[in-house]
Amino acid sequence: MLTVPVETQIAFAGILFFLGLIGLLVRRNLVFMLMSIEIMFNSAGLVFIIAARHWNQPDGQVMFIFILAVTAVEVAIGLALILQVYHHFKTLDVDAINKLKDEN
Amino acid sequence: MILIYLIVILLAGAFLAWITGNMSRLLPRIISLTALSIDLIIIISYLVLSAPVNNKWMVDIHYEWIPQFGIGIHLAMDGLSVLMLILTFFLGIVSVLISWKEINTKVGFFHFNLLLILAGIVGVFLSLDLFMFYFFWELMLVPMYFLIGIWGHENRTKAAYKFFLYTQASGLLMFISILALYFVHGNSTGIYTFDYLQILGTHMSASTAMLIMSGFLAAFLVKLPVVPLHNWLPDAHSEAPTAGSLILAALLLKTGAYGLLRFIVPLFPEASVTFAPIGMALGVIGILYGAKLAFAQTDLKRMIAYTSVSHMGFVMLGIFSFNELAYQGVVMQMIAHGISTGALFIIAGQLSERIHTRDITKMGGLWGKAPFMGAIGLIFSMASLGLPGLGNFIAELLILIGAFKANVWMACFACTGLIAATLYSLRIMQKVFFGTENTKWEMKDLSIREKMVSLSLVLIIFGLGLFPQPVFDIAGPALLKTLENHTDKTIQLNEAQKSKTDLNTKLYFFNKIN
Amino acid sequence: MTTLIPFIPALPLLSFLILALFGGKLSRKAAGWIGAGSVGVSAILTVITGIHLIDSLPAIKSYSVIIWQWMHAGNLNATISFSLDSLSLVFCFVITFVGFLIHIYSIEFMAKDEGFTRFFAYMNLFVGSMLILVLADNILLLYLGWEGVGLCSYLLIGFWYKEPANGTAARKAFIITRIGDTAMIIGIFILFISFGTFNIQDIMHLASAKWASGSAIAVITAFLLLGGALGKSAQLPLQTWLPDAMAGPSPVSALIHAATMVTAGVYLIARTNILFSLAPVVQAVIAVIGALTLLIAGFSALAQHDLKRILAYSTISQIGYMFLALGVGAYSAAIFHFMIHAFFKALLFLAAGVVILVLNEEHDIFKMGGLRKKMPVVFWTFLIGSASLSALPLITAGFYSKDAILWFSYSANSGGIILWLAGIVGAFLTALYSFRMIFITFYGEAKTEPSFPAGKLMTVPLIILAVLSVIGGFIELPASMGTVHLFSNLVNNTLPIVDLKNVENMEGLFQLISALIAMSGIYLAYRFYYRKPAYMETFNYSRINHFFESGFGFDKVYYTFIVKPIIWMAEIDKKDFFDQLNISISRLALLGNRIVSLTENGKLRWYILSFAIGIAVILTLMMNK
Repeated sequence: MLTVPVETQIAFAGILFFLGLIGLLVRRNLVFMLMSIEIMFNSAGLVFIIAARHWNQPDGQVMFIFILAVTAVEVAIGLALILQVYHHFKTLDVDAINKLKDEN
Repeated sequence: MILIYLIVILLAGAFLAWITGNMSRLLPRIISLTALSIDLIIIISYLVLSAPVNNKWMVDIHYEWIPQFGIGIHLAMDGLSVLMLILTFFLGIVSVLISWKEINTKVGFFHFNLLLILAGIVGVFLSLDLFMFYFFWELMLVPMYFLIGIWGHENRTKAAYKFFLYTQASGLLMFISILALYFVHGNSTGIYTFDYLQILGTHMSASTAMLIMSGFLAAFLVKLPVVPLHNWLPDAHSEAPTAGSLILAALLLKTGAYGLLRFIVPLFPEASVTFAPIGMALGVIGILYGAKLAFAQTDLKRMIAYTSVSHMGFVMLGIFSFNELAYQGVVMQMIAHGISTGALFIIAGQLSERIHTRDITKMGGLWGKAPFMGAIGLIFSMASLGLPGLGNFIAELLILIGAFKANVWMACFACTGLIAATLYSLRIMQKVFFGTENTKWEMKDLSIREKMVSLSLVLIIFGLGLFPQPVFDIAGPALLKTLENHTDKTIQLNEAQKSKTDLNTKLYFFNKIN
Repeated sequence: MTTLIPFIPALPLLSFLILALFGGKLSRKAAGWIGAGSVGVSAILTVITGIHLIDSLPAIKSYSVIIWQWMHAGNLNATISFSLDSLSLVFCFVITFVGFLIHIYSIEFMAKDEGFTRFFAYMNLFVGSMLILVLADNILLLYLGWEGVGLCSYLLIGFWYKEPANGTAARKAFIITRIGDTAMIIGIFILFISFGTFNIQDIMHLASAKWASGSAIAVITAFLLLGGALGKSAQLPLQTWLPDAMAGPSPVSALIHAATMVTAGVYLIARTNILFSLAPVVQAVIAVIGALTLLIAGFSALAQHDLKRILAYSTISQIGYMFLALGVGAYSAAIFHFMIHAFFKALLFLAAGVVILVLNEEHDIFKMGGLRKKMPVVFWTFLIGSASLSALPLITAGFYSKDAILWFSYSANSGGIILWLAGIVGAFLTALYSFRMIFITFYGEAKTEPSFPAGKLMTVPLIILAVLSVIGGFIELPASMGTVHLFSNLVNNTLPIVDLKNVENMEGLFQLISALIAMSGIYLAYRFYYRKPAYMETFNYSRINHFFESGFGFDKVYYTFIVKPIIWMAEIDKKDFFDQLNISISRLALLGNRIVSLTENGKLRWYILSFAIGIAVILTLMMNK
């Protein structure tokens, strides 16, 4: 079996996180932003798995299960909010939802 | 105990007035009138029955409040404070009387604020504990903000903000100084206390003293007011209701002068002498610049407000002259200016009640319609320019002689202020009462209530001008006490000046006579 | 007897209070007689106390009485106290007596005016203040009277307040005299600080003891007091207010601007003469100012159209004579001329008042004429007054008083031929303009008809003053006409005797010259203004005439260099540039708000980006630790 050094694995998780972040920043559609957030969550979970393997502890994998649960809840609520946003604003463009702007 | 009663009666009256405000419009007025009259009677009968003893306080009360921090309730009255208290109560009564018909909305709340301001002023004049002094100083502030902001004229919000920000900011600087004084005193003697009598005579290095004094100066110079920190005054005075302007001009400004006399001069003997040339220069600038601005205005109340700046310049000049004559003049100016400028504001208020404008370009020729008001206006315009026979002359005379002893050139420049005063006073008379009628107003002359108020003020200003001795006798011991640490320093400064000026002969004679 | 002295100023002041408080309820007749009566009673009291004083001279020089302690603070002591000596007696006599006649006259003059009671109230206040001024024994009380008369002058010049021009004239008078008053108060400060007292006699004694003659401090103080005198007496350079002050009613011009207030400066210098003798430079300046003023005013009077303005410039000129006399140390001559001048000038103003009133407020002499036959009483009294003014030899009082001054201006030790020449040219001009007045106003064809005859209350005072203008001089005759020194003996109890050169024998010659000059002035007036030759017409339109008429351009200079700049300075900073500090602070705060609120743009992605950047920065900082 190939031994990949830990740094590479963490780097891989980091790149995944950044991809998610950039996706969050660049995409304007709320659904895609939600998907980017998913990617970021998953990368965080990946870090936990890597650490669990590195230290030979099962706690990391337990954390990943937690993260899966949280992610599921979060997606549920997020999608519900997106539905409400669509009903109100008739669009899913995040730049259109700027009602909290400072009216000067 | 009497001092506590004075403040408590005002506070009780304030709350009663607020509560009864919902029931009737007349009750709050009567309640505040009663509270102030009771206080005035108490203080006058106290003064008449017990004359001030030399160098001691007339009344001195001291209770513990928060001993861990050295804060106590220390109230004391001497000749200076008793005169200020009489002025406060009397002008409080006058302000209630003149707002009788003018304030018709939220009357209870109005009188609540009025009495709170007066209670704050009384506390300022009486406190000898620095913490309490600051407490009462701030207490004067907030109700006045409401007074201007709710019952004022068109630009009242801006004026109220300006007033509040200026006074609050300078008050905070004073608070920092108070704390600094607390710590300095504590470091040098081991006793941490806010008590004035114990802090007197704290040894501080020259630079520390200068810094701490600057904090106090910030508050008092803003209140006095001294150019260039005077900008809140014209706006606040012209936008406030008449009673507000009266209390502002006649009383609040005097708390600044009182602070200088009570705190700056005794607590910082060397630093105040070092500051004196700047102080006198600021005074002279205030006299001349205030007069110039007064001359240029077309809003009557703004004009009178700038004359206050000018008159308080004399006070500044007098306080930094450090001799007894100038100080007697300062006290007299505080009283006489309160009365005369107060009366002018009352006239402005009466006019704006009748013709609903303060613009003098729309007035003119009003003597024909209201000769009594015109005569009163004439008397107080003459007081403003310092006509002998009226109180302001005595004040300005003594201040100028005292300033002459300290610094000849400053006094000469200040004397040109007398000419400047003539310019604006005559302009008030000409534009309002004489000349052609720019607009044909239908207005009534003064009512009985207004006549009584005006006549009492006229009697007082003539009394001060022809019989000023009682004021001098009462204030004398207190002022000498203030100057205790100063005589040596002034002679030293004069000696140093001797080699600089070319009028050597003059100073030689001054020192000889001194 | 001394208890009567305080009543002399007190009665007019009491009458002022009564008229001011209850004037609305009194009838016109009552108000007028209360007003005039109080001054009359003061006149009687003056005579009584005066006789008593004259009896006690030369043993007792003055009577003093203290009313109350005005103030006492530190080493400053001032009392309300009066002192009557021969100098103040003369002034009191003139003020109350001439004042009484003027008040009587005013009862008829102001009869149709709506402000009748107000007028008498102000006049009484004036008489009271002027009496306080001359009776004060300390200089602070003198200053009170000084300012009081300034106030009354302001109120009375602007009496007809509905006309804005009157208000402007009144303010001009007040402000210019205030400039002088400020100089005076600084002088009073120096005196107090040097000597510790306000009492005039004490100051004089201490000054002669402690100050060297010609020392800097004496000169400065004397200059400052002179400044006050110049303002009140309308001498160069503060003389521009008096011609404009003619906007007030004629009785006011007679009382205040001829007989009394404008002579307050003369009184001050006479009263503090020791101080001036300690500063010979200042005395020389006084003489020069007097000489220059009398010339400038004389030339200006020659070019005026307005009857009262001629008289105003004439007053300035005659007071110039008094200053000339004071400058050379001829104090008694100055006071003598003051008294005689009060008589004939008040007469002239009152008569001019009758003319103006009767011709329906016509002031221009070129629109008058031919009044000799229509108003005989006024004509004859006016003629006597003008003759006295021109110093017609031997028969008028003016001759004796002016001649004394002319003689002393040469013969006094500090006098000289130049001062005398100025005086004699002035005398010539005086005769010229006085009779110009007479010939144009009373002779020739009538251009305006008098509408009603003048009543007794106006003509009787004229006659009394005319008589005084003739016989008043006989109490002081020079050596060449039988030495009668009744007046100077009285006054020299208080004032120093003039220091003379040894030229006694020239006196007759000088008198002859002045008599001839006066006569030639009258003759030339006849030639120029009665015969009216053609060259007078061209002269009337010439540039020199306009220059004289404008009072030598002083008004224009003051307006351009002082008044306009001050008004400009005031207007340009109306909003107070210090306020800009506040405005800039609040603008700064608003700017900050606008910048920072750019980050609150409601865009979600922007917020997320700021999170990301923040985290990056914090992580970097944590790494660096």
